[in-house]
Amino acid sequence: MTSEQITTLFGLMLRYTVPTLKIFGFTLLYSIPLGMIVALLKMCRFKPVSWLTNVYILIMRGTPLLLQLIVAQYSVPYILQSSLCPGFLRSLLENVDIRSDSYIFNMMLIAFVLNYAAYFAEIFRGGIEAIPKGQYEAAGSLGFSKLQTFFRIILPQVVKRVVPASSNEIITLIKDTSLASAIPYMEIMYIAKKQVPTYASLMPLFIAGIFYFVFATVLTLLFSFIEKKLDYYK
Amino acid sequence: MAMLEVKNLSKSFGNLKVLEDINMTVEKGEVVAVIGPSGSGKSTLLRCINQLEKAGGGEIKVCGTDMLLKNDSGKTVYADSKTLREIRLKTGLVFQNFNLFPHMTVLRNITEAPVCVLKKNKQEAQAKAMELLRKMGLETKAKSYPCELSGGQQQRVSIARALALNPEILFFDEPTSALDPELTGEILKVIKELAAEGMTMVIVTHEMAFARDVADKVVFMEGGYIVEQGAPEQLFGDSASDRVKQFLQRFNN
Ligand SMILES: Nc1ncnc2c1ncn2[C@@H]1O[C@H](COP(=O)(O)OP(=O)(O)O)[C@@H](O)[C@H]1O
Ligand SMILES: [Mg+2]
Repeated sequence: MTSEQITTLFGLMLRYTVPTLKIFGFTLLYSIPLGMIVALLKMCRFKPVSWLTNVYILIMRGTPLLLQLIVAQYSVPYILQSSLCPGFLRSLLENVDIRSDSYIFNMMLIAFVLNYAAYFAEIFRGGIEAIPKGQYEAAGSLGFSKLQTFFRIILPQVVKRVVPASSNEIITLIKDTSLASAIPYMEIMYIAKKQVPTYASLMPLFIAGIFYFVFATVLTLLFSFIEKKLDYYK
Repeated sequence: MAMLEVKNLSKSFGNLKVLEDINMTVEKGEVVAVIGPSGSGKSTLLRCINQLEKAGGGEIKVCGTDMLLKNDSGKTVYADSKTLREIRLKTGLVFQNFNLFPHMTVLRNITEAPVCVLKKNKQEAQAKAMELLRKMGLETKAKSYPCELSGGQQQRVSIARALALNPEILFFDEPTSALDPELTGEILKVIKELAAEGMTMVIVTHEMAFARDVADKVVFMEGGYIVEQGAPEQLFGDSASDRVKQFLQRFNN
């Protein structure tokens, strides 16, 4: 390949980092808070809630993300076909245009978010459960409300504990965005695969690899910086 | 006025009876030492009074306000949540293992509750915290984190943290048991100073010499019961109970 061709490919891929980063950013934006909520639901003392939450986590972690992404894309027509579909859901879904870009993106995002929330939930639950009971008792005896205790005393300590495990998940996510190419959704991986026959070369895939590598490395550095920042105690 | 009145208090964990027929009164300015073998229910008693455990039955009155009481139909009930909160702020608890907030500086550990719970202004809370730290001999540690302090220093911070809310009565659950022997002295000294200032305190301790020295009243517990309570001279001098004598003998040897 000529160097012009390589430059063209780089430029092309650079444009497609936008959809890749869009999946990455929105997934984090929704899956981290949702993961916290799921963690709290799993710790709920009302057993049916905790049990149902656990079923959700088991399914999300026990089946491939790729499968979940594809199921999400096909789900609406099949739900509409089902006789079990309640009326309000039917009227809601019937207005959805399943060929629109926004539909494809939203269903994909739902699958990413639900999957990653399950992983984050397990990390957050571990972090919350690792906080000694004495912290709650000290806060309680000082008159902090339950909400104040959670947000001022517990959560900051949980954050420090979950950063290492969460950063692994986040670095995995930037690479997992490539699964979107199978939907298909046009991001780096999709465009790289498409260029292979055009150029009769592996160079497009190699360049895509460089992009993922750079993202993952930047994230690794960022998280080791954050871990150091949080190292001011214990 | 009695700062604490406990009547007929009982508590079980499942089938395990941990407190039975506990009766005690603490007057204003009084220092009460609670002693007894491990597992006798001393911590549970403090935890029930400080609302960290739910009592099974009986009555508890703090500063004249009913916390646990019998309602009209004779059932044991707690006061409403607003009253419980008010009582909570009148009582302070110092834990065996300090339970400082590790992510906050020493100063913030002390100011957090006055600012967030009592809605005090921050400068005011900090000034008060610095005054308490000076009293504890820790004014240079305000910006340190708990992990940078010795056990004795951490315990002094936790005492300052409890005092920052101006409690009417302060409870200590074995405040020196997690410390190296050479560090217990500094905590006992602080408690003695508080006693001299007239602070009302209930102290669970295994430091018999200290209990005898500083307490106005000693309560001996065993198997969930108060076996004997009275003046230190009485218990340490010539107790009527063989169990008390036996228990104290171990500390004299
Ligand atoms: N949360 C709990 N669940 C079950 N049993 C408990 C619990 N806390 C304390 N106990 C039991 O209650 C008894 C009294 O404990 P505790 O009040 O801690 O005694 P002490 O402080 O005098 O050593 C012990 O037998 C202990 O095992
Ligand atoms: Mg104890």
